Amino acid sequence: MRPLLERLAAGDVLVGDGAMGTMLLERGLPPGRPPESVTLSNPEALEEIARLYLDAGADLLETNTFGGSPLKLALYGLEAETEAVNREAVRAARRVAEGRAYVAASCGPCGRLLEPYGDATADAVYGSFRWQIEVLVDAGADCIFVETMTDLVEAQLAVRAAKSVSPRTPVVATMTFDRTPRGPYTIMGVSVAAAADGLEQAGADAVGSNCGTGIEDMIPIAREFRAASRLPLAIQPNAGLPRAVGGRTVYDETPASLAERAKELAAIGVSIVGGCCGTTPAHIAALRAMVDGLPGGRRASPRP
Amino acid sequence: MPALTEVADAIIRGDHAGVAALTRQVIREGIPPKTILDDGLIAGMTVVGDRFRSHEIFLPDVLLAAKAMYAGMDELRPLLIREGVPPIGRVVIGTVRGDLHDIGKNLVGIMLKGAGFEVIDLGHDVAPEKMVRAAEEQGAAVIGMSALLTTTMPVMRETVELLRARKLDGAIRTVVGGAPVSEAFARDIGADAYGFDAGNAVDVVKALVGRA
Repeated sequence: MRPLLERLAAGDVLVGDGAMGTMLLERGLPPGRPPESVTLSNPEALEEIARLYLDAGADLLETNTFGGSPLKLALYGLEAETEAVNREAVRAARRVAEGRAYVAASCGPCGRLLEPYGDATADAVYGSFRWQIEVLVDAGADCIFVETMTDLVEAQLAVRAAKSVSPRTPVVATMTFDRTPRGPYTIMGVSVAAAADGLEQAGADAVGSNCGTGIEDMIPIAREFRAASRLPLAIQPNAGLPRAVGGRTVYDETPASLAERAKELAAIGVSIVGGCCGTTPAHIAALRAMVDGLPGGRRASPRP
Repeated sequence: MPALTEVADAIIRGDHAGVAALTRQVIREGIPPKTILDDGLIAGMTVVGDRFRSHEIFLPDVLLAAKAMYAGMDELRPLLIREGVPPIGRVVIGTVRGDLHDIGKNLVGIMLKGAGFEVIDLGHDVAPEKMVRAAEEQGAAVIGMSALLTTTMPVMRETVELLRARKLDGAIRTVVGGAPVSEAFARDIGADAYGFDAGNAVDVVKALVGRA
Protein backbone atom coordinates (compact mmCIF):
# COMPACT_ATOMS: atom_id res chain seq x y z
CA MET A 1 0.00 0.00 0.00
CA ARG A 2 1.12 3.54 -0.66
CA PRO A 3 2.16 5.35 2.49
CA LEU A 4 -0.78 7.20 4.03
CA LEU A 5 0.92 10.59 3.96
CA GLU A 6 1.59 10.26 0.22
CA ARG A 7 -2.09 9.64 -0.42
CA LEU A 8 -3.08 12.63 1.69
CA ALA A 9 -0.51 14.86 -0.03
CA ALA A 10 -1.82 13.74 -3.43
CA GLY A 11 -5.27 15.03 -2.50
CA ASP A 12 -6.97 11.64 -2.19
CA VAL A 13 -10.06 11.53 0.01
CA LEU A 14 -10.00 8.53 2.35
CA VAL A 15 -12.95 6.99 4.13
CA GLY A 16 -12.64 6.25 7.85
CA ASP A 17 -14.70 3.66 9.70
CA GLY A 18 -17.66 4.00 12.07
CA ALA A 19 -18.55 3.43 15.71
CA MET A 20 -16.90 0.74 17.82
CA GLY A 21 -18.60 0.87 21.24
CA THR A 22 -22.16 0.22 20.07
CA MET A 23 -20.94 -2.59 17.80
CA LEU A 24 -19.23 -4.22 20.80
CA LEU A 25 -22.34 -3.89 22.98
CA GLU A 26 -24.28 -5.71 20.26
CA ARG A 27 -21.67 -8.47 20.41
CA GLY A 28 -21.83 -9.16 24.10
CA LEU A 29 -19.69 -6.48 25.76
CA PRO A 30 -21.14 -6.49 29.29
CA PRO A 31 -22.55 -3.03 30.09
CA GLY A 32 -20.28 -1.32 32.58
CA ARG A 33 -17.13 -2.96 31.28
CA PRO A 34 -14.71 -0.99 29.13
CA PRO A 35 -14.64 -1.85 25.38
CA GLU A 36 -10.96 -2.80 25.71
CA SER A 37 -11.92 -5.79 27.85
CA VAL A 38 -13.37 -7.46 24.72
CA THR A 39 -9.91 -7.51 23.15
CA LEU A 40 -8.85 -10.08 25.72
CA SER A 41 -12.10 -12.05 25.98
CA ASN A 42 -13.33 -12.05 22.39
CA PRO A 43 -10.80 -10.82 19.79
CA GLU A 44 -12.93 -12.49 17.08
CA ALA A 45 -15.54 -9.77 17.63
CA LEU A 46 -12.93 -7.16 16.75
CA GLU A 47 -12.12 -8.95 13.51
CA GLU A 48 -15.80 -9.25 12.67
CA ILE A 49 -16.36 -5.50 13.19
CA ALA A 50 -13.23 -4.60 11.22
CA ARG A 51 -14.40 -6.84 8.37
CA LEU A 52 -17.82 -5.16 8.32
CA TYR A 53 -16.19 -1.76 7.98
CA LEU A 54 -13.67 -3.00 5.42
CA ASP A 55 -16.46 -4.51 3.33
CA ALA A 56 -18.37 -1.22 3.65
CA GLY A 57 -15.42 0.48 2.00
CA ALA A 58 -13.37 1.99 4.80
CA ASP A 59 -9.78 2.88 3.90
CA LEU A 60 -8.83 3.15 7.57
CA LEU A 61 -9.73 0.65 10.29
CA GLU A 62 -9.52 1.93 13.84
CA THR A 63 -8.32 -0.32 16.61
CA ASN A 64 -10.25 -1.00 19.82
CA THR A 65 -7.70 0.94 21.85
CA PHE A 66 -9.51 4.25 22.48
CA GLY A 67 -9.24 3.72 26.25
CA GLY A 68 -6.03 1.71 26.05
CA SER A 69 -3.69 4.10 27.82
CA PRO A 70 -2.54 2.65 31.14
CA LEU A 71 -3.96 5.64 33.04
CA LYS A 72 -7.40 4.99 31.57
CA LEU A 73 -7.17 1.21 31.97
CA ALA A 74 -6.25 1.74 35.63
CA LEU A 75 -9.78 3.09 36.19
CA TYR A 76 -11.00 -0.48 35.55
CA GLY A 77 -8.13 -2.30 37.19
CA LEU A 78 -6.76 -3.29 33.78
CA GLU A 79 -3.50 -1.34 33.84
CA ALA A 80 -1.49 -4.55 33.95
CA GLU A 81 -3.12 -5.56 30.65
CA THR A 82 -1.84 -2.47 28.78
CA GLU A 83 0.51 -4.51 26.61
CA ALA A 84 -2.02 -7.21 25.69
CA VAL A 85 -4.98 -4.85 25.19
CA ASN A 86 -3.09 -2.71 22.70
CA ARG A 87 -1.11 -5.43 20.94
CA GLU A 88 -4.03 -7.80 20.39
CA ALA A 89 -6.32 -5.01 19.15
CA VAL A 90 -3.78 -3.94 16.51
CA ARG A 91 -3.24 -7.57 15.51
CA ALA A 92 -6.98 -8.13 15.08
CA ALA A 93 -7.31 -5.08 12.83
CA ARG A 94 -4.10 -6.02 11.02
CA ARG A 95 -5.40 -9.51 10.18
CA VAL A 96 -8.42 -7.96 8.46
CA ALA A 97 -6.79 -4.89 6.93
CA GLU A 98 -3.72 -6.51 5.40
CA GLY A 99 -2.97 -4.73 2.15
CA ARG A 100 -6.46 -3.30 1.80
CA ALA A 101 -6.79 -0.68 4.54
CA TYR A 102 -4.61 1.25 6.94
CA VAL A 103 -4.65 0.24 10.60
CA ALA A 104 -5.35 3.43 12.53
CA ALA A 105 -4.53 2.97 16.20
CA SER A 106 -7.02 4.86 18.35
CA CYS A 107 -5.68 6.83 21.28
CA GLY A 108 -8.33 8.61 23.36
CA PRO A 109 -8.21 10.79 26.48
CA CYS A 110 -6.56 9.34 29.58
CA GLY A 111 -9.65 10.01 31.69
CA ARG A 112 -7.85 12.23 34.15
CA LEU A 113 -7.65 16.00 34.31
CA LEU A 114 -4.24 17.59 34.08
CA GLU A 115 -2.94 19.91 36.78
CA PRO A 116 -3.94 22.50 37.88
CA TYR A 117 -7.55 21.51 37.09
CA GLY A 118 -7.09 17.93 38.20
CA ASP A 119 -4.35 15.88 39.80
CA ALA A 120 -2.61 14.29 36.80
CA THR A 121 0.89 15.57 36.05
CA ALA A 122 1.99 16.20 32.47
CA ASP A 123 4.82 13.69 32.97
CA ALA A 124 2.40 10.96 34.04
CA VAL A 125 0.06 11.59 31.11
CA TYR A 126 2.92 11.73 28.61
CA GLY A 127 4.38 8.54 30.04
CA SER A 128 1.01 6.83 29.86
CA PHE A 129 0.53 7.71 26.17
CA ARG A 130 4.10 6.69 25.40
CA TRP A 131 3.60 3.27 26.92
CA GLN A 132 0.41 2.69 24.93
CA ILE A 133 1.82 4.02 21.66
CA GLU A 134 5.03 1.99 21.93
CA VAL A 135 2.90 -1.14 21.90
CA LEU A 136 0.62 0.15 19.11
CA VAL A 137 3.56 0.98 16.84
CA ASP A 138 5.43 -2.19 17.67
CA ALA A 139 2.35 -4.26 16.87
CA GLY A 140 2.18 -2.73 13.41
CA ALA A 141 -0.16 0.27 13.45
CA ASP A 142 0.05 2.30 10.21
CA CYS A 143 -0.90 5.53 11.92
CA ILE A 144 -2.05 6.89 15.28
CA PHE A 145 -5.45 8.55 15.72
CA VAL A 146 -5.32 10.85 18.73
CA GLU A 147 -9.03 11.55 19.08
CA THR A 148 -11.98 12.92 21.06
CA MET A 149 -9.62 15.29 22.84
CA THR A 150 -11.01 18.36 24.63
CA ASP A 151 -7.86 19.52 26.44
CA LEU A 152 -5.26 20.82 23.97
CA VAL A 153 -2.40 20.15 26.39
CA GLU A 154 -3.40 16.50 26.73
CA ALA A 155 -3.77 16.17 22.95
CA GLN A 156 -0.31 17.68 22.47
CA LEU A 157 1.19 15.28 25.01
CA ALA A 158 -0.30 12.36 23.07
CA VAL A 159 0.95 13.67 19.70
CA ARG A 160 4.42 14.32 21.12
CA ALA A 161 4.47 10.88 22.71
CA ALA A 162 3.62 9.33 19.34
CA LYS A 163 6.29 11.30 17.54
CA SER A 164 8.89 10.44 20.16
CA VAL A 165 8.10 6.73 19.81
CA SER A 166 8.12 6.79 16.01
CA PRO A 167 8.76 10.05 14.14
CA ARG A 168 7.77 8.46 10.83
CA THR A 169 4.39 7.08 11.92
CA PRO A 170 1.69 9.55 10.81
CA VAL A 171 -0.41 11.10 13.58
CA VAL A 172 -3.95 12.29 12.93
CA ALA A 173 -5.15 14.42 15.84
CA THR A 174 -8.82 15.37 16.25
CA MET A 175 -10.69 17.19 18.99
CA THR A 176 -14.35 17.35 20.03
CA PHE A 177 -16.15 20.68 19.89
CA ASP A 178 -19.48 21.93 21.25
CA ARG A 179 -21.65 24.56 19.63
CA THR A 180 -21.50 27.85 21.56
CA PRO A 181 -22.77 31.35 20.73
CA ARG A 182 -19.14 32.25 20.02
CA GLY A 183 -18.64 29.35 17.61
CA PRO A 184 -17.22 25.89 18.21
CA TYR A 185 -15.20 25.38 21.40
CA THR A 186 -14.20 22.25 23.28
CA ILE A 187 -15.61 21.97 26.79
CA MET A 188 -12.11 22.92 27.98
CA GLY A 189 -12.34 26.16 25.99
CA VAL A 190 -10.19 25.37 22.94
CA SER A 191 -11.15 27.11 19.68
CA VAL A 192 -10.69 25.48 16.28
CA ALA A 193 -7.87 27.89 15.41
CA ALA A 194 -6.08 27.15 18.69
CA ALA A 195 -6.49 23.41 18.11
CA ALA A 196 -5.18 23.60 14.53
CA ASP A 197 -2.19 25.61 15.65
CA GLY A 198 -1.40 23.64 18.80
CA LEU A 199 -1.76 20.20 17.23
CA GLU A 200 0.50 21.16 14.32
CA GLN A 201 3.10 22.55 16.72
CA ALA A 202 3.07 19.24 18.58
CA GLY A 203 3.82 17.44 15.31
CA ALA A 204 0.45 16.20 14.02
CA ASP A 205 0.39 15.26 10.33
CA ALA A 206 -3.36 15.84 10.00
CA VAL A 207 -5.83 17.65 12.24
CA GLY A 208 -9.58 17.91 12.61
CA SER A 209 -12.57 16.89 14.67
CA ASN A 210 -14.48 13.79 15.72
CA CYS A 211 -17.49 12.96 17.91
CA GLY A 212 -19.66 15.84 19.16
CA THR A 213 -23.13 16.20 17.76
CA GLY A 214 -23.40 15.53 14.04
CA ILE A 215 -22.45 16.45 10.49
CA GLU A 216 -24.41 19.71 10.67
CA ASP A 217 -22.02 21.17 13.24
CA MET A 218 -18.98 19.57 11.60
CA ILE A 219 -19.26 21.57 8.38
CA PRO A 220 -18.53 24.96 10.00
CA ILE A 221 -15.84 23.27 12.12
CA ALA A 222 -14.18 21.87 8.99
CA ARG A 223 -14.34 25.31 7.39
CA GLU A 224 -12.60 26.88 10.38
CA PHE A 225 -9.92 24.19 10.32
CA ARG A 226 -9.39 24.78 6.58
CA ALA A 227 -8.96 28.50 7.20
CA ALA A 228 -6.57 27.91 10.10
CA SER A 229 -4.37 25.09 8.82
CA ARG A 230 -2.56 23.84 5.75
CA LEU A 231 -2.43 20.29 7.09
CA PRO A 232 -4.70 17.54 5.73
CA LEU A 233 -8.02 17.47 7.61
CA ALA A 234 -9.89 14.57 9.21
CA ILE A 235 -13.58 14.85 10.14
CA GLN A 236 -15.50 12.00 11.81
CA PRO A 237 -18.96 13.09 13.07
CA ASN A 238 -21.46 11.22 15.21
CA ALA A 239 -24.72 10.16 13.60
CA GLY A 240 -26.42 12.96 15.51
CA LEU A 241 -27.26 12.48 19.17
CA PRO A 242 -28.85 9.25 20.37
CA ARG A 243 -32.51 9.39 21.32
CA ALA A 244 -34.51 6.72 23.06
CA VAL A 245 -37.79 6.12 21.32
CA GLY A 246 -40.00 3.47 22.87
CA GLY A 247 -37.02 1.71 24.42
CA ARG A 248 -35.07 1.70 21.17
CA THR A 249 -32.00 3.75 20.35
CA VAL A 250 -32.53 6.05 17.40
CA TYR A 251 -29.91 8.13 15.64
CA ASP A 252 -31.40 10.79 13.43
CA GLU A 253 -28.65 10.78 10.84
CA THR A 254 -29.37 8.20 8.16
CA PRO A 255 -26.54 6.90 5.98
CA ALA A 256 -27.98 8.72 2.96
CA SER A 257 -28.34 12.08 4.70
CA LEU A 258 -24.86 11.81 6.24
CA ALA A 259 -23.28 11.09 2.86
CA GLU A 260 -25.25 13.84 1.14
CA ARG A 261 -24.13 16.44 3.66
CA ALA A 262 -20.58 15.07 3.76
CA LYS A 263 -20.17 16.19 0.14
CA GLU A 264 -19.71 19.61 1.69
CA LEU A 265 -16.71 18.28 3.65
CA ALA A 266 -15.07 17.14 0.42
CA ALA A 267 -15.77 20.55 -1.09
CA ILE A 268 -14.05 22.19 1.88
CA GLY A 269 -11.03 19.98 1.22
CA VAL A 270 -11.27 17.38 3.97
CA SER A 271 -8.97 14.38 3.40
CA ILE A 272 -10.37 11.79 5.82
CA VAL A 273 -14.14 11.45 6.20
CA GLY A 274 -15.49 8.84 8.60
CA GLY A 275 -17.92 8.33 11.45
CA CYS A 276 -17.95 8.29 15.22
CA CYS A 277 -20.66 7.31 17.77
CA GLY A 278 -23.83 5.90 16.23
CA THR A 279 -22.42 5.41 12.73
CA THR A 280 -22.66 1.92 11.25
CA PRO A 281 -21.23 0.02 8.30
CA ALA A 282 -24.22 1.37 6.31
CA HIS A 283 -23.07 4.95 7.04
CA ILE A 284 -19.55 4.07 5.92
CA ALA A 285 -20.84 2.42 2.74
CA ALA A 286 -22.77 5.60 1.94
CA LEU A 287 -19.67 7.72 2.53
CA ARG A 288 -17.67 5.34 0.29
CA ALA A 289 -20.18 5.79 -2.54
CA MET A 290 -20.10 9.56 -2.08
CA VAL A 291 -16.28 9.68 -2.19
CA ASP A 292 -16.17 7.36 -5.21
CA GLY A 293 -18.49 9.81 -6.95
CA LEU A 294 -16.04 12.69 -6.47
CA PRO A 295 -14.07 13.60 -9.58
CA GLY A 296 -11.07 11.26 -9.49
CA GLY A 297 -11.73 10.45 -5.82
CA ARG A 298 -9.92 13.66 -5.05
CA ARG A 299 -10.68 16.60 -2.85
CA ALA A 300 -12.88 19.06 -4.67
CA SER A 301 -10.72 22.00 -3.72
CA PRO A 302 -6.98 22.03 -3.20
CA ARG A 303 -5.53 23.15 0.08
CA PRO A 304 -4.76 26.88 0.24
CA MET B 1 -12.14 44.57 56.49
CA PRO B 2 -12.59 42.57 53.30
CA ALA B 3 -16.14 42.53 52.08
CA LEU B 4 -17.79 39.26 51.19
CA THR B 5 -17.72 40.36 47.56
CA GLU B 6 -13.94 39.98 47.74
CA VAL B 7 -14.41 36.35 48.74
CA ALA B 8 -16.78 35.90 45.81
CA ASP B 9 -14.37 37.65 43.45
CA ALA B 10 -11.51 35.41 44.55
CA ILE B 11 -13.67 32.36 43.77
CA ILE B 12 -14.50 33.77 40.34
CA ARG B 13 -10.75 34.26 39.74
CA GLY B 14 -10.10 30.68 40.86
CA ASP B 15 -7.67 31.92 43.52
CA HIS B 16 -7.86 29.18 46.14
CA ALA B 17 -5.17 30.56 48.43
CA GLY B 18 -6.90 33.94 48.29
CA VAL B 19 -10.27 32.43 49.12
CA ALA B 20 -8.85 30.54 52.10
CA ALA B 21 -7.12 33.67 53.46
CA LEU B 22 -10.12 35.93 52.89
CA THR B 23 -12.49 33.42 54.45
CA ARG B 24 -10.28 33.20 57.55
CA GLN B 25 -10.28 36.98 57.68
CA VAL B 26 -14.06 37.41 57.49
CA ILE B 27 -14.45 34.68 60.11
CA ARG B 28 -12.15 36.70 62.42
CA GLU B 29 -14.22 39.81 61.68
CA GLY B 30 -17.13 37.98 63.24
CA ILE B 31 -19.32 37.69 60.18
CA PRO B 32 -21.76 34.81 60.75
CA PRO B 33 -20.64 31.62 58.97
CA LYS B 34 -23.98 31.25 57.22
CA THR B 35 -23.63 34.76 55.76
CA ILE B 36 -20.08 33.99 54.60
CA LEU B 37 -21.34 30.83 52.95
CA ASP B 38 -24.29 32.45 51.19
CA ASP B 39 -22.94 35.88 50.28
CA GLY B 40 -19.32 34.89 49.74
CA LEU B 41 -18.75 31.31 48.62
CA ILE B 42 -22.10 30.45 47.04
CA ALA B 43 -22.44 33.93 45.55
CA GLY B 44 -19.08 33.47 43.79
CA MET B 45 -19.95 30.05 42.44
CA THR B 46 -23.33 31.32 41.24
CA VAL B 47 -21.57 33.87 39.03
CA VAL B 48 -19.21 31.15 37.79
CA GLY B 49 -22.13 28.85 37.01
CA ASP B 50 -23.97 31.59 35.13
CA ARG B 51 -20.89 32.46 33.08
CA PHE B 52 -20.35 28.79 32.25
CA ARG B 53 -23.96 28.43 31.13
CA SER B 54 -23.64 31.43 28.85
CA HIS B 55 -20.34 30.05 27.46
CA GLU B 56 -18.40 33.10 28.67
CA ILE B 57 -16.05 30.71 30.48
CA PHE B 58 -15.22 27.02 30.08
CA LEU B 59 -14.68 23.99 32.25
CA PRO B 60 -11.12 24.87 33.39
CA ASP B 61 -12.36 28.11 34.96
CA VAL B 62 -15.18 26.24 36.68
CA LEU B 63 -12.77 23.63 38.04
CA LEU B 64 -10.43 26.27 39.44
CA ALA B 65 -13.34 28.17 40.96
CA ALA B 66 -14.68 24.98 42.53
CA LYS B 67 -11.25 24.23 44.03
CA ALA B 68 -11.20 27.76 45.42
CA MET B 69 -14.67 27.36 46.89
CA TYR B 70 -13.67 24.08 48.54
CA ALA B 71 -10.67 25.88 50.10
CA GLY B 72 -13.12 28.36 51.63
CA MET B 73 -15.43 25.56 52.74
CA ASP B 74 -12.54 23.85 54.54
CA GLU B 75 -12.16 26.99 56.66
CA LEU B 76 -15.87 27.42 57.19
CA ARG B 77 -17.06 23.86 57.74
CA PRO B 78 -16.07 23.50 61.42
CA LEU B 79 -17.99 26.68 62.23
CA LEU B 80 -21.05 25.65 60.24
CA ILE B 81 -21.08 22.34 62.11
CA ARG B 82 -20.55 24.02 65.49
CA GLU B 83 -23.40 26.42 64.85
CA GLY B 84 -25.61 23.66 63.52
CA VAL B 85 -26.08 25.26 60.11
CA PRO B 86 -27.39 22.47 57.89
CA PRO B 87 -26.42 22.18 54.21
CA ILE B 88 -29.29 23.22 51.96
CA GLY B 89 -29.62 19.60 51.03
CA ARG B 90 -27.82 16.34 50.58
CA VAL B 91 -27.75 14.75 47.13
CA VAL B 92 -26.57 11.32 46.02
CA ILE B 93 -25.36 11.32 42.41
CA GLY B 94 -24.03 8.67 40.07
CA THR B 95 -23.87 7.37 36.51
CA VAL B 96 -26.21 4.39 36.34
CA ARG B 97 -25.25 0.72 36.21
CA GLY B 98 -23.67 -0.28 32.92
CA ASP B 99 -22.61 3.24 32.03
CA LEU B 100 -19.06 4.55 32.32
CA HIS B 101 -19.58 8.12 31.12
CA ASP B 102 -19.09 10.52 33.98
CA ILE B 103 -18.03 13.93 32.66
CA GLY B 104 -21.56 15.32 32.83
CA LYS B 105 -22.25 13.77 36.21
CA ASN B 106 -19.02 15.23 37.62
CA LEU B 107 -20.00 18.66 36.37
CA VAL B 108 -23.41 18.37 38.04
CA GLY B 109 -21.61 17.46 41.28
CA ILE B 110 -19.38 20.54 41.07
CA MET B 111 -22.34 22.83 40.41
CA LEU B 112 -24.40 21.32 43.23
CA LYS B 113 -21.53 21.76 45.70
CA GLY B 114 -21.13 25.29 44.42
CA ALA B 115 -24.76 25.93 45.29
CA GLY B 116 -24.21 24.71 48.84
CA PHE B 117 -25.41 21.12 48.55
CA GLU B 118 -23.63 18.26 50.20
CA VAL B 119 -22.88 15.82 47.39
CA ILE B 120 -22.28 12.10 47.76
CA ASP B 121 -20.82 11.00 44.42
CA LEU B 122 -21.06 7.24 43.93
CA GLY B 123 -19.11 7.37 40.66
CA HIS B 124 -20.08 5.38 37.56
CA ASP B 125 -21.71 1.99 36.98
CA VAL B 126 -23.92 2.43 40.07
CA ALA B 127 -26.67 -0.16 40.64
CA PRO B 128 -30.15 0.97 41.81
CA GLU B 129 -29.76 -0.86 45.13
CA LYS B 130 -26.51 0.98 45.88
CA MET B 131 -28.02 4.32 44.90
CA VAL B 132 -31.09 3.87 47.12
CA ARG B 133 -29.14 2.47 50.06
CA ALA B 134 -26.68 5.38 49.99
CA ALA B 135 -29.51 7.92 49.86
CA GLU B 136 -31.29 6.24 52.75
CA GLU B 137 -28.22 5.82 54.94
CA GLN B 138 -26.95 9.34 54.29
CA GLY B 139 -30.33 10.98 54.62
CA ALA B 140 -30.20 12.40 51.12
CA ALA B 141 -33.25 14.26 49.83
CA VAL B 142 -32.45 13.71 46.17
CA ILE B 143 -30.90 11.06 43.93
CA GLY B 144 -29.39 12.40 40.70
CA MET B 145 -28.85 9.86 37.93
CA SER B 146 -26.89 10.25 34.72
CA ALA B 147 -26.71 8.09 31.58
CA LEU B 148 -25.11 8.63 28.19
CA LEU B 149 -26.08 5.30 26.69
CA THR B 150 -29.65 4.60 25.66
CA THR B 151 -28.99 1.02 26.70
CA THR B 152 -28.50 2.07 30.31
CA MET B 153 -31.39 4.50 30.57
CA PRO B 154 -33.79 1.74 31.77
CA VAL B 155 -31.68 1.50 34.96
CA MET B 156 -33.07 4.91 35.88
CA ARG B 157 -36.56 3.42 35.83
CA GLU B 158 -35.37 0.54 38.04
CA THR B 159 -34.09 3.01 40.63
CA VAL B 160 -37.33 4.98 40.62
CA GLU B 161 -39.32 1.76 41.02
CA LEU B 162 -37.07 0.52 43.82
CA LEU B 163 -37.72 3.75 45.74
CA ARG B 164 -41.43 3.23 45.22
CA ALA B 165 -41.27 -0.42 46.34
CA ARG B 166 -39.51 0.67 49.54
CA LYS B 167 -42.01 3.50 50.01
CA LEU B 168 -39.19 6.01 49.90
CA ASP B 169 -40.55 7.95 46.94
CA GLY B 170 -41.62 11.33 48.18
CA ALA B 171 -38.97 11.36 50.90
CA ILE B 172 -36.22 10.81 48.33
CA ARG B 173 -36.83 12.61 45.04
CA THR B 174 -35.20 11.70 41.72
CA VAL B 175 -33.70 13.80 38.95
CA VAL B 176 -32.31 12.38 35.72
CA GLY B 177 -30.07 13.76 32.98
CA GLY B 178 -27.61 12.92 30.22
CA ALA B 179 -27.43 13.42 26.45
CA PRO B 180 -30.14 10.91 25.39
CA VAL B 181 -32.42 11.64 28.38
CA SER B 182 -35.40 13.90 27.87
CA GLU B 183 -38.20 15.51 29.84
CA ALA B 184 -40.63 13.03 28.29
CA PHE B 185 -38.45 10.08 29.34
CA ALA B 186 -38.23 11.41 32.89
CA ARG B 187 -42.01 11.67 33.03
CA ASP B 188 -42.44 8.23 31.50
CA ILE B 189 -40.31 6.48 34.13
CA GLY B 190 -41.86 8.47 36.98
CA ALA B 191 -38.76 10.47 37.91
CA ASP B 192 -39.51 13.68 39.81
CA ALA B 193 -37.47 15.90 37.50
CA TYR B 194 -35.19 16.23 34.49
CA GLY B 195 -32.14 18.50 34.24
CA PHE B 196 -31.03 19.40 30.72
CA ASP B 197 -27.56 20.56 31.75
CA ALA B 198 -25.47 20.99 34.89
CA GLY B 199 -26.70 24.50 35.62
CA ASN B 200 -30.30 23.54 35.09
CA ALA B 201 -29.80 20.47 37.32
CA VAL B 202 -28.99 22.80 40.22
CA ASP B 203 -32.19 24.80 39.68
CA VAL B 204 -34.19 21.60 39.46
CA VAL B 205 -32.67 20.09 42.62
CA LYS B 206 -33.26 23.37 44.48
CA ALA B 207 -36.91 23.23 43.43
CA LEU B 208 -37.16 19.61 44.59
CA VAL B 209 -35.91 20.50 48.08
CA GLY B 210 -38.04 23.63 48.20
CA ARG B 211 -35.10 26.04 48.06
CA ALA B 212 -35.63 27.56 44.63
